[in-house]
Amino acid sequence: MTLLSTRGLTRHFAGIRAVDGVDFDLPEGEIRALIGPNGAGKTTFVSLLCGRIAPSAGTVAFDGRDISHLPAHRRINLGMAYTFQITSVFARLSVAENVGLAARRRLRGRAKVEAAVAAALARVGLEGRAGALAGDLAYGHQRLLEIAMGIVQAPRLLILDEPTQGLSDSEIAGFKALIRELAQSATILLIEHNMSVVMETAHRVTVLNFGQVLAEGTPEEIHADRAVQAACLGVG
Amino acid sequence: MSDLRRSLALHLGLLALLFALQFVLPAYHHGNLARIMVLAGFAMGYNIMFGYTGLLSLGHALFFAAGMYGMGLSVQHLDAAPLPALIAGLLAGALVSAALGLLALRTAGVAFMIVKLMFAQAGYLTVLYFGDWTRGDEGFVIQQAQRVMAGIGLSAPTARYFAALALFALCLAVTLWLVHTPFGRVLIAIRENEERARMLGYDVFAHKLAAVVLSGTMSAAAGAAYGLLFGYVGATFASVQYSIFPLLWVLLGGAGTVIGPFIGTLFMFYLIDLSSGLTTAYMLIAGVALVLLTLFAPQGLAGELRNRLWRGLP
Ligand SMILES: Nc1ncnc2c1ncn2[C@@H]1O[C@H](COP(=O)(O)OP(=O)(O)OP(=O)(O)O)[C@@H](O)[C@H]1O
Ligand SMILES: [Mg+2]
Repeated sequence: MTLLSTRGLTRHFAGIRAVDGVDFDLPEGEIRALIGPNGAGKTTFVSLLCGRIAPSAGTVAFDGRDISHLPAHRRINLGMAYTFQITSVFARLSVAENVGLAARRRLRGRAKVEAAVAAALARVGLEGRAGALAGDLAYGHQRLLEIAMGIVQAPRLLILDEPTQGLSDSEIAGFKALIRELAQSATILLIEHNMSVVMETAHRVTVLNFGQVLAEGTPEEIHADRAVQAACLGVG
Repeated sequence: MSDLRRSLALHLGLLALLFALQFVLPAYHHGNLARIMVLAGFAMGYNIMFGYTGLLSLGHALFFAAGMYGMGLSVQHLDAAPLPALIAGLLAGALVSAALGLLALRTAGVAFMIVKLMFAQAGYLTVLYFGDWTRGDEGFVIQQAQRVMAGIGLSAPTARYFAALALFALCLAVTLWLVHTPFGRVLIAIRENEERARMLGYDVFAHKLAAVVLSGTMSAAAGAAYGLLFGYVGATFASVQYSIFPLLWVLLGGAGTVIGPFIGTLFMFYLIDLSSGLTTAYMLIAGVALVLLTLFAPQGLAGELRNRLWRGLP
């Protein structure tokens, strides 16, 4: 079953076609990687999905329903979760409260929320930092906090915008395992520059270039694709 | 001691202190403190919007005046008893703030501030325009006989003090309750990072609107009580001066703290009171003190307390 699809999705910024007529289908349960060079339109594309920015044209459907006209918070409430590329946590609130805010939209009752928060923090390895201020965390840990805020929402679709940026090698290894585990219960759309993460976790890969879909296929197919190499690596 | 217990100890302690002071304060300060407690209710209302939700507003006089005139006009023209009159003041505040929120919240940032200020000015001019009813600038007095509630004359100092304390305690309790509810925590989240709150699935507009209504209604309650307890309703209370006061009180005392608005109101009241006893240039002294505080305690007095001693201060 297709969980998410777009038709002709387009967004212009003062003459730049950041996203340009994208048709995209994401089956339920899949881990999909979205790759492409800097400025290819990846962040803009996922922002259009979750309603963070408005499209210039095109439609988005989620779970068989046209959500193009829903505001962001309604889309999130349908079961999307979004983590920001540029870390966007509540810097002056505690780590636990950051995750708590994400959890309380779905859960009622102090005990339930506390348990969910503790579980989410443990999954990303931040259980020891619950009382710290989010702004005091190291950059990589703020990334992990973003991920915890995503998973505590128990979303049907989890959109992660470059989650491994700033993580150490061991944290990246942990992240790969976490993603595979999460895929048991959620569909995952992952923007990623780290090719080892893409190769080892994604079922399929979509390549975006100049706002358009350049290629789509299994990680192996994409890895072997000359056009992709030319676009992403500047070799051909 | 957990944060919750410390917080209860602090706020209940303050209420107990204010209760006890009633028996020992000399008449002059006794009267002042009653005024300060009511005005602190005004400031606490302001704090919900500015301190907790992060909506900088200039124009809260509109809500204070809505409460005051809602109460005063129903006493004056409908012969309402104090309790129904107070309720009329509350309703007026709730209505005005809901209407204003629906209109002004379509803008953000500086535009929001300016739109609100314009509405407040419009409110002030409305009071003057309907001078036949409101007696405009001159205002009107609410007679002693009209201020008897459940057999108790609210013009007597002791009754007035306790009524002010009751209102203050109510505002304090509502604010404390608010910051511990999921709803209040979302307001804080919106203040801290609106975009993030939205992308967690919270309806930011609806939350802000609710904050404006709660804030406006609390300020209106203070306005209604002020008119009733001190027996006077006038257009000054709708003027821009009364929009600036709560901002100063809250900034001085500590925005986004429960106790801050009271501290700020107390501080500023006595700063002006004492300096006007010393010199006619009392506003200058008040101004210098304000500048010093902004330099050395930019988070306000309770904000400094939070930074230095107790991070969990609500
Ligand atoms: N708010 C904006 N206003 C103007 N231009 C924008 C805006 N957001 C993105 N762009 C432009 O749109 C294009 C796509 O940007 P986008 O951030 O979506 O790329 P990306 O693939 O996420 O890049 P990166 O890998 O660097 O994160 C870029 O040329 C960018 O400069
Ligand atoms: Mg990006």
